[in-house]
Amino acid sequence: MNRIASRFSELRAANRSALIPYITAGDPVPAATVDLMHLLVSKGADLIEIGVPFSDPMADGPVIQRATERALAHNVSMHDVFGMVRAFRATDSSTPVILMGYLNPVEILGYAEFAREAAAAGVDGVLTVDLPPEEAEDYAEILQVAGLERIFLVSPTTPNRRLQAVARLGSGFVYYVSLKGVTGANSLDTDDVARHIEDLRQFISIPLGVGFGIRDAHTAGLVSKVADAVVVGSVIVHLIEQHQHDLPAMHQAVGALVAEMRAAMDAVQIAGGAA
Amino acid sequence: MPIAAVDYASFPDAHGHFGIYGGIFAPETLMAPLEDLANAYAEAKMDAAFQAEIDKDFQDYVGRPSPLYLAERMTRELGGAKVYLKREDLNHTGAHKINNTIGQALLAKRLGKTRIIAETGAGQHGVASATVAARLGLECVVYMGADDVVRQAPNVMRMKMLGATVVPVTSGTRTLKDALNEAMRDWVTNVDNTFYIIGTVAGPHPYPMMVRDFQAVIGREAREQCLAKEGRLPDALVACVGGGSNAIGLFHPFLADEAVKIYGVEAGGEGIESGHHAAPLCAGRPGVLHGNRTYLMQDDNGQIIGTHSISAGLDYPGVGPEHSWLKDIGRAQYVSITDNEALDGFRMLTRTEGIIPALESSHALAYAMKLAPSMHKDEIIIVNLSGRGDKDMNTIARIEGYEF
Repeated sequence: MNRIASRFSELRAANRSALIPYITAGDPVPAATVDLMHLLVSKGADLIEIGVPFSDPMADGPVIQRATERALAHNVSMHDVFGMVRAFRATDSSTPVILMGYLNPVEILGYAEFAREAAAAGVDGVLTVDLPPEEAEDYAEILQVAGLERIFLVSPTTPNRRLQAVARLGSGFVYYVSLKGVTGANSLDTDDVARHIEDLRQFISIPLGVGFGIRDAHTAGLVSKVADAVVVGSVIVHLIEQHQHDLPAMHQAVGALVAEMRAAMDAVQIAGGAA
Repeated sequence: MPIAAVDYASFPDAHGHFGIYGGIFAPETLMAPLEDLANAYAEAKMDAAFQAEIDKDFQDYVGRPSPLYLAERMTRELGGAKVYLKREDLNHTGAHKINNTIGQALLAKRLGKTRIIAETGAGQHGVASATVAARLGLECVVYMGADDVVRQAPNVMRMKMLGATVVPVTSGTRTLKDALNEAMRDWVTNVDNTFYIIGTVAGPHPYPMMVRDFQAVIGREAREQCLAKEGRLPDALVACVGGGSNAIGLFHPFLADEAVKIYGVEAGGEGIESGHHAAPLCAGRPGVLHGNRTYLMQDDNGQIIGTHSISAGLDYPGVGPEHSWLKDIGRAQYVSITDNEALDGFRMLTRTEGIIPALESSHALAYAMKLAPSMHKDEIIIVNLSGRGDKDMNTIARIEGYEF
């Protein structure tokens, strides 16, 4: 079984939601990424999402744009990202790693080479922001053959007909973009998310993660009541930016936030489980 | 594939593909709005009232048809083919861009949107968007690379006068591609009330098709005018290509006329070999950017690389997907003209015909200067004079050493 599927089945057995932090590979410097990944795991991350830097991140807000620019100042390439995952895998063989990024750096390698190398490095799933299911038939098949999960986004504007396409091509989990907007946008309305998640479950049988607009432990806790996974990106990347010249302070701040989110999610779930 | 076998009118397919190019590569939040737009456009296209409204605006507001002008003195000096100019520079707001914004603004109204956004490079599309927004009473926000805000200051002033908000974009390379990224981010956020008027034949489907259809009035008129004046079709068409909307507008109605040679002219900047240029069709390779698959300027890691051109309107690392397809099937040839050659084209037209062209269009003129002498005196070239040069006075003054 793929690491993502087994992680979600462990979590389900324990009645817990997954915490999925996001960091951009190579931010603030390439040497920092693997240590940050281990830190995230030690503070309660269940899966890790790694952003592959792209020069034109049109779905990202200013926080992740700047992270991308910091990484690209060091020319972080797809091969460098594979190297980071390989290094992480040397001491962590169980935490699933998802690559999140844009299609062009994948296209230039070729789908087959990308899939082969990603799988060999220890990547478990791939989320390509600008590749909707309509354009993803070949890609999804190639990823599947390589043993990589195909993670697709759905949004508040996704009509039911398109949810069926996501259900057919997607695997691992489905990522619900809880807000109209770019990453790092405003805070979300958790009641609204709860209603949408309920609707989505009619079409999606695999786990549902929620991301965009989750900025604090309280919100992470509320979302974990209804979602199988909570994805947290910009608020972590913002801390990395603030402490980019002081690695110990960065680890302190990022570690504290992730631990606080984990605790809030567990508290909500324990309360929910007892009810 | 023999060219005669291609039914050009049947492209793109229902999902926006021109061969392997085009398509819809957009964030999920935009997929449904793009589909709504494609449906609304398909309906409008069939609606005689909508078409009549566009025709009326083209005639009474834009000033169409634009003349097809025989540049006699330029022709004599070049000593070859007759050079005709399709005078899009005479349109209201000074370029072909208004043809498209008229059409898209009417669609925005049809969809009940109250706010329009646009990206702009040279500022011509920004001005054309601000113009139609003012006329329809819609809010208008224009994203413009911070560097372009400086080099196209007169157009920034015009947009502000027209009531638009101009947002300088400081991310990335601070030019057109970054303005497009920022407009996309705005659209993703404000999709409920906002219509995004893309200014060229790029972006996700249906934009490349829709913008082409609105701009194809250029080629339809040119074809009729050439038949009326010369009793036959031209031998060659020449147009500059940044995103490629003026070019596809001229070319499209001639695609099935196999004998008509088609030349798209990209910005060669300091020369292709220098690497400082904006010529993805001449020197790039296929990839995915801004919602479609097309030729791109990119490095070995798939990162988009900075472009250079003397003309802000051509300073873009991608190109409309239909051009990529026309290149691959061999129906059109894509060439490049350097900054210095474009300046020669600019001076030539200004001094022989008393017409000051935009620096973008000067690239097409410079290529016609090379092409005409190699052709017979009874052959005909149509050059798309896509815009006028008023906006470029600061750039030209600096180069020529004038001071205001």
